[in-house]
Amino acid sequence: MGFLDIRNVTKSYGNVEVLHHVDITVEESEFLVLVGPSGCGKSTLLNMIAGLEAISSGEIAIKGRVVNNVHASKRNIAMVFQSYALYPNMTVGQNMTFGLEMHGVPKPERERALADVAKLLQIDHLVDRKPGQLSGGQRQRVAMGRALVRNPDVFLFDEPLSNLDAKLRVDMRTEIKKLHQKLRTTIVYVTHDQIEAMTLSTRIAVMNKGYVQQLGTPKEIYDTPANIFVATFMGSPAMNILPARVVVEGGRPHARIADAEGVARLLPFSQANLAGWEGREILLGIRPEAITDPEGADRKSANIVPLTNRVSVTEPAGSDTYVTMTLSGKDVIARMRADASVEPGQVFDFAVNMEKAVAFDPQTEERIKA
Amino acid sequence: MAAVAQDTAVSTGRVTRVFIYLVLLLFALFYLLPLYVMGINSVKPLSEITGGNMMALPQVWTLAPWASAWSTAQIGVEPTGLKPYFLNSILMVVPAVAISSIVGALNGYILTKWRFRGDTWVFGLMLFSCFIPFQIVLIPMAVVLGKLGLAGSVPGLILVHVVYGIGFTTLYFRNYYAAFPTELIRAAQIDGAGFFRIFWRILLPVSGPIAVVSVIWQFTNIWNDFLFGASFGGTSQPMTVALNNLVQSSTGVKEYNVHFAGAILAALPTLFVYIVAGRYFVRGLMAGSVKG
Ligand SMILES: Nc1ncnc2c1ncn2[C@@H]1O[C@H](COP(=O)(O)OP(=O)(O)OP(=O)(O)O)[C@@H](O)[C@H]1O
Ligand SMILES: [Mg+2]
Repeated sequence: MGFLDIRNVTKSYGNVEVLHHVDITVEESEFLVLVGPSGCGKSTLLNMIAGLEAISSGEIAIKGRVVNNVHASKRNIAMVFQSYALYPNMTVGQNMTFGLEMHGVPKPERERALADVAKLLQIDHLVDRKPGQLSGGQRQRVAMGRALVRNPDVFLFDEPLSNLDAKLRVDMRTEIKKLHQKLRTTIVYVTHDQIEAMTLSTRIAVMNKGYVQQLGTPKEIYDTPANIFVATFMGSPAMNILPARVVVEGGRPHARIADAEGVARLLPFSQANLAGWEGREILLGIRPEAITDPEGADRKSANIVPLTNRVSVTEPAGSDTYVTMTLSGKDVIARMRADASVEPGQVFDFAVNMEKAVAFDPQTEERIKA
Repeated sequence: MAAVAQDTAVSTGRVTRVFIYLVLLLFALFYLLPLYVMGINSVKPLSEITGGNMMALPQVWTLAPWASAWSTAQIGVEPTGLKPYFLNSILMVVPAVAISSIVGALNGYILTKWRFRGDTWVFGLMLFSCFIPFQIVLIPMAVVLGKLGLAGSVPGLILVHVVYGIGFTTLYFRNYYAAFPTELIRAAQIDGAGFFRIFWRILLPVSGPIAVVSVIWQFTNIWNDFLFGASFGGTSQPMTVALNNLVQSSTGVKEYNVHFAGAILAALPTLFVYIVAGRYFVRGLMAGSVKG
């Protein structure tokens, strides 16, 4: 039993089921990120934890107490909304202490809590202002302050950074991470930004169409995605997926693919069990950073395979250069060091880190487990 | 808001501007003319009106017509002046406006933030009630008032006006609250505020503009209503009915100066409400149409 338990929870609107049998356990001081495309049910799940939406079936428990029929205000949670949801008629200070006031906390105590949190978030000079007189980033801080003041068991964030501009978003992301490391609070955080998910979380739940596709640490999600959806959703540019046939040579399974000229190439797998797929079609997944120039290849990898192929497009992006080529009839992106000299049309010697390659069953789109 | 008011879409030359002001001035004078006639004739002795020019300033200034209209003029059969009826109207209009506005605000709150199955139907029916002509409800209303034992009393009139007004006030508040972010309500729920606390602490403090619209609308309609007053007023008739009785009385000489004074008396409260609250009126009607 964890700190926050979501057990077999479903949600239906009328007879449309929008969340299907969700099972997630969150331990104390974990930072769980719910990530997925728009409409996949992230907010719905968060609102059910908060008590803003009824639970159609299943159970949600916080600290071992089933809260299905507990009112939102009695669950000891706090929520930060996408729009910040600051009360426009109240000052920052009143906004932050409204919850305490509603819970009957005496004024001196409220003032003390306010002062502490305002100092922590560096908004002590703003407490007498109205939300309308604040910048986006300041509002964001106030919204977090309002949650912190309550000292809740679980913090819920619904896309808190999506209204900020790109630069501020990165700053606030770091700040949230610092705050979590300092306070060790339990957080459930919704976003559709996979970079936010990767950087902030201790664990990620990737959702699609009302199903949890995979639940795991950022590394697990990134390196061993459960299926093609997770593989392509997480990571930017997305993982390359190309059809391949498994052939066994010298007792070792290889992926047979075709290069830009249609010539067959063999890439040896690191996963020995793929020999069981001999002669069958699979989908080969290779992340862009696993295809590099030979000098840029991961030195720790035991399975770097040379691959000569024609370059079709290069896109210098400052820190990296993205190189597009054709493999098995698909556009495949490779991520190079910025100073790798690659020209479009050139036949180039690539290095593929096959240790990082994954294989998917083309029927089920599930990863073939090692 | 202030910036919007000053912002003119077209810039105009001096000549056109003078022309525009002249035209506006002419219209203003034209509209003010009746008020002028009423005003000056209400401070003249009757002989000056019957014998002379309606437009001329009084030769002898007198407040006697006002005093008479207020406290001694013949209303129907009683020489009471308009005073008791004025009081009736106040006793009727204040609670009726307050109740219908508060109920309208609550309805708007529920219809937008505590939605329930069939709420759009409820709202549709309320909207429909705005289009029902007064005359149609007279007989059913009389029956209801009779059954409730409220016929011919001020509380009866209050009930009638509240029932008739709720459709409008609900419409105003619902549309206003529809633009109010639901996330704020949810935040307040998590903070531990209940139904009424959210209404009182979160919603009402930002409802000023639309409350003004509702109050002005209800006040002028209820104050100026004649049909319900005449039909259900009984012994507690409102100002409008009394004014009619004053002006239409067929006995004795027609005291035009008293009539003018009475008519102004009857119009004063609405004028007062407009002047006090009017500058919020347009703001409230426009609310939501322009994001600011
Ligand atoms: N009140 C409702 N009635 C019917 N369906 C709803 C209702 N609210 C949400 N849904 C549906 O539930 C699904 C999940 O919605 P939800 O808001 O949780 O998505 P989300 O993952 O938060 O998306 P986004 O990233 O766009 O916020 C959507 O398909 C949506 O259409
Ligand atoms: Mg959402």
